[in-house]
Amino acid sequence: MKSLPAVITDWFATRGWQVHPHQQAMVDRRAEPAVLLIAPTGGGKTMAGFLPTLAELAAGRHEGLHTLYVSPLKALAADIKRNLTGPVTEMGLPIRIEDRTGDTSYTRKRRQRADPPHILLTTPESLALLTSYEDAPRIFKGLQRVIVDEIHALAESKRGDQLMLALARLQGLCPGLRRVGLSATVEDPDAIARMLARHPDPCAIVAADPGPDPDIAMLALPAAPPWAGGGAAYAIPQVMAAVKAHRTTLIFHNTRAQAEIFFQNLWLANDDSLPIGIHHGSLDRAQREKVEAAMVRGDLRAIVCTGSLDLGIDWGDVDLVIQIGAPKNVKRLIQRIGRANHRYNAPSKARLVPANRFEVVECHAALQAARAHALDGDPRGPGPLDVLCQHILIAACSGPFEAGALYAEMTTAGPYAGLTRAQFDDCLEFCATGGYALRAYDQWQRLQRRADGQWQLRDPRSARIIRMNIGTIQDSDLLKVRFKGRGGKPLGEIEEGFAATLTPGDTFLIGGQIVRYAGLRETVVEVTRDAAKKPKIATFGGTKFATSTQLSQRILDMLQARDWPYLPDHTRDWLHLHRQVSRLPEPGRLLIESFPHDGRAHACIYGFAGRNAQQTLGLLVTKRMEELGLDPLGFVATDYATLIWGLTPLTDPAPLFDIEALEAGLDGWLAGNAVMKRTFRASATIAMLINRNMPGTRKSGRQATFSSDILYDTLLKYDPDHLLMRITRAEAMRGLVDFARIREMAERVQGRIDLHRLDRVTPLAAPMLLEVGRVPVTGAARERLLEEEAAALMAEAGIDRL
Amino acid sequence: MNTYDFTFAGQRLVARPSGALHWPAAGLLCVSDLHLGKSARQARRNGVQLPPYDVEDTLARLEAEVEATAAATVICLGDSFDDLQAFDALPLTALDWITRLQAGRRWIWIEGNHDPGPVALAGDHLAQFRHLGLTFRHFASDEDRGEISGHYHPKLRLRAGSRACFLVDEARLILPAFGTYTGGLRSDDPALDRLMAPGALAILTGARALAVPMRQNRSGRASSRRGR
Repeated sequence: MKSLPAVITDWFATRGWQVHPHQQAMVDRRAEPAVLLIAPTGGGKTMAGFLPTLAELAAGRHEGLHTLYVSPLKALAADIKRNLTGPVTEMGLPIRIEDRTGDTSYTRKRRQRADPPHILLTTPESLALLTSYEDAPRIFKGLQRVIVDEIHALAESKRGDQLMLALARLQGLCPGLRRVGLSATVEDPDAIARMLARHPDPCAIVAADPGPDPDIAMLALPAAPPWAGGGAAYAIPQVMAAVKAHRTTLIFHNTRAQAEIFFQNLWLANDDSLPIGIHHGSLDRAQREKVEAAMVRGDLRAIVCTGSLDLGIDWGDVDLVIQIGAPKNVKRLIQRIGRANHRYNAPSKARLVPANRFEVVECHAALQAARAHALDGDPRGPGPLDVLCQHILIAACSGPFEAGALYAEMTTAGPYAGLTRAQFDDCLEFCATGGYALRAYDQWQRLQRRADGQWQLRDPRSARIIRMNIGTIQDSDLLKVRFKGRGGKPLGEIEEGFAATLTPGDTFLIGGQIVRYAGLRETVVEVTRDAAKKPKIATFGGTKFATSTQLSQRILDMLQARDWPYLPDHTRDWLHLHRQVSRLPEPGRLLIESFPHDGRAHACIYGFAGRNAQQTLGLLVTKRMEELGLDPLGFVATDYATLIWGLTPLTDPAPLFDIEALEAGLDGWLAGNAVMKRTFRASATIAMLINRNMPGTRKSGRQATFSSDILYDTLLKYDPDHLLMRITRAEAMRGLVDFARIREMAERVQGRIDLHRLDRVTPLAAPMLLEVGRVPVTGAARERLLEEEAAALMAEAGIDRL
Repeated sequence: MNTYDFTFAGQRLVARPSGALHWPAAGLLCVSDLHLGKSARQARRNGVQLPPYDVEDTLARLEAEVEATAAATVICLGDSFDDLQAFDALPLTALDWITRLQAGRRWIWIEGNHDPGPVALAGDHLAQFRHLGLTFRHFASDEDRGEISGHYHPKLRLRAGSRACFLVDEARLILPAFGTYTGGLRSDDPALDRLMAPGALAILTGARALAVPMRQNRSGRASSRRGR
């Protein structure tokens, strides 16, 4: 056991605090090359990460940077600075602590490069930028430790891949660098450990006492939830009562639009005018910060929020978490529950509110999983190549490099341990020349090979553009919303696609207010106040999570029971009735119901593959039906089923579900699909084919560029095997298209398809008829819509032909 | 047909879904803002490596239009080249292709702001061209009626999507950009709003040329309710 310096143990003692066992373990193992700490929220995780640093710096003999702290949120870096500076000052330790994020001033950043602090707190993007400077070796000289906070969150996106490539670079500069990861509870700690450690170094895993089991249950509700939809307005009185009965409540939602609607409904019922705020990623930063500050002061009784509060700073006295809508993913539920009672060894309290009838089943399945500590999650794929391309360019900014050495360095990053030399060379070729099948001219070269074989930037000035565009976060298609008039107050942001659907006079909700769309002024959406009680349009943005594979499986298993005594009667009767008239879906089989309704033939496919995959399945199956002359007219998808309607009843489903044929259909359909274009835009931006920021055009950038769709169409036509097209296909397959889960379903089912023909709609299928998001089947749909709209406009204007 | 036929300054004109303008009576085809060599110029200036297929794609579409209309005269309405250096950098195959297109017909290059000055290609190089009461120039001006220009790359946004478009009123016709890598300026931009008369039409390009009012007054119902 390594002891801590007296100055630190004394400080603990004067506060009557004890060093937690996991904190001591981190001190004991501080010499190891990589250690991952898994601890619940409020477990003194950050202190556990920093204690070894404080111990090593206590003697005051270290010169320059000693510890780098990386977190996913700028706010977290600032918060840690505050929380660490306090104890360090009180202990009288000679340690300088500074943060460096996108918000840090230019002069301060310059000074930090010349004279780095002992502890630097930063984000993955700011770190990547630091490694791009020619003087990186000098900046990082002496660096001993790196602490990656909330590594479980970083691992869920490309930011994690970016960070690990940056660490590989740092390790080259500082061979003795030791890595520490701090994580919330996750389903597969080994995977995070492999990502964190330098490949093939081992990584020790320290697990803190998880604390007492949380107190989780369904919120008691007298009324049955509606058959479809996600608003949960029926639960407002009980949620309001729960808010009143607790000090501070976090009310989590799955999408921003739902949060907005719920927030508005809550205020309409807020007879006591309790202070209730709203927080989500579309709100203006100043607005969000205001809510955060009020929360920290303890001024708010409740916050209606989304994933934007999944992470982050200590929220003081939250004593209740309410989850509206099925959690879709047990791990996220557990992490959200951890937001309540941010104190060690006190149970967190959480209540679930299903938004519709099927979510009652989903919520119960999630409760069972949470109580059984059965976490879910998708395995991390290999490191994406668009991020690798970006890091090749970042490396070139810092100076000439030898291809073999850079390849060797990059494969020490966990996510890229399996990267082949051929893949690397493809990426290098893309960075150097664009990688087009048509050999481009010299002037296309971004990198060139010197006589000594090293690669360097052809034009050193291009380093500036590369540095301006570092990062993997995609937020380029958001438009600011402001009140009309000079100095109009900013309200937040909406997706460009949503803005495009608005016409003057339309009303929508943002920041809990109903506003009226007035027009688009350059890149700002201008709105006016509106006194209406109900917005005309309420949907904008926000992620629609698909129910995880594990949770879907648990629901299927649950449906096999003879009875469900724990379910409320309305839901229990519903399931029994379905079993009576049809049959319930079973694991290892695929149930399809075929029935007439409203003069159309319907087929309901219970794939339980999650929303994205069920949507893709709908597109592919209707395409096959079209080919087979089955005249499909449209479909709608939920997390558990796809409902298709058309003119001809389905009698022989087997040919429709031939996985080979489905996959073959995928290629043709994918090519022109909006999902692909969206995925392409993201990858092309990360790989720096498209630059979001250009010197001097930061403001007018939108006008200066043209749609990435044109680049996609051009590549599809002339160069379909281009690296970026390959990256796009791979991304879409595991992302929005989620074909992997369709394949998984096909493997699970192995041709065991049960077609059940009925004379009317079944209880489980009925809510599907109410679902929004119906997709018409016709390739010419867009053209036809446009023509109808044009005709209507001309008629309205009273002009036909000039 | 997928085209949109209309009368402008006494002449019957045809807006083609590709963004080209056909004047059947004069045997004339007009395209604007080809911006040939844009990807090369981007690479040269900013190190941005756009796919180098824009020249090929633009010329292939132009060739299809020339063949479909069997035009005796072709007018390129300015900004045919992304800059004069981009012209110099065009591959030989592209120059041959242009020469092949020019064979057997009159070809007029109007100067634009990107290509102010003649390039080493056959054809007439003019600041503007007048014919039967129509004037072809790159920039819209206030001088005459019957003016056909380019430059602005107008586009129009409807609920169902955004499209490059022609803009036309009694006095003036503005063509969309024909080049593959060309962005667009929304039709409600003040610059375009100033130029076009109140009753102006937009003719969308795409699978079909579709006419809609340039200024959408769908808010007629809404705007009367709109209060401050």
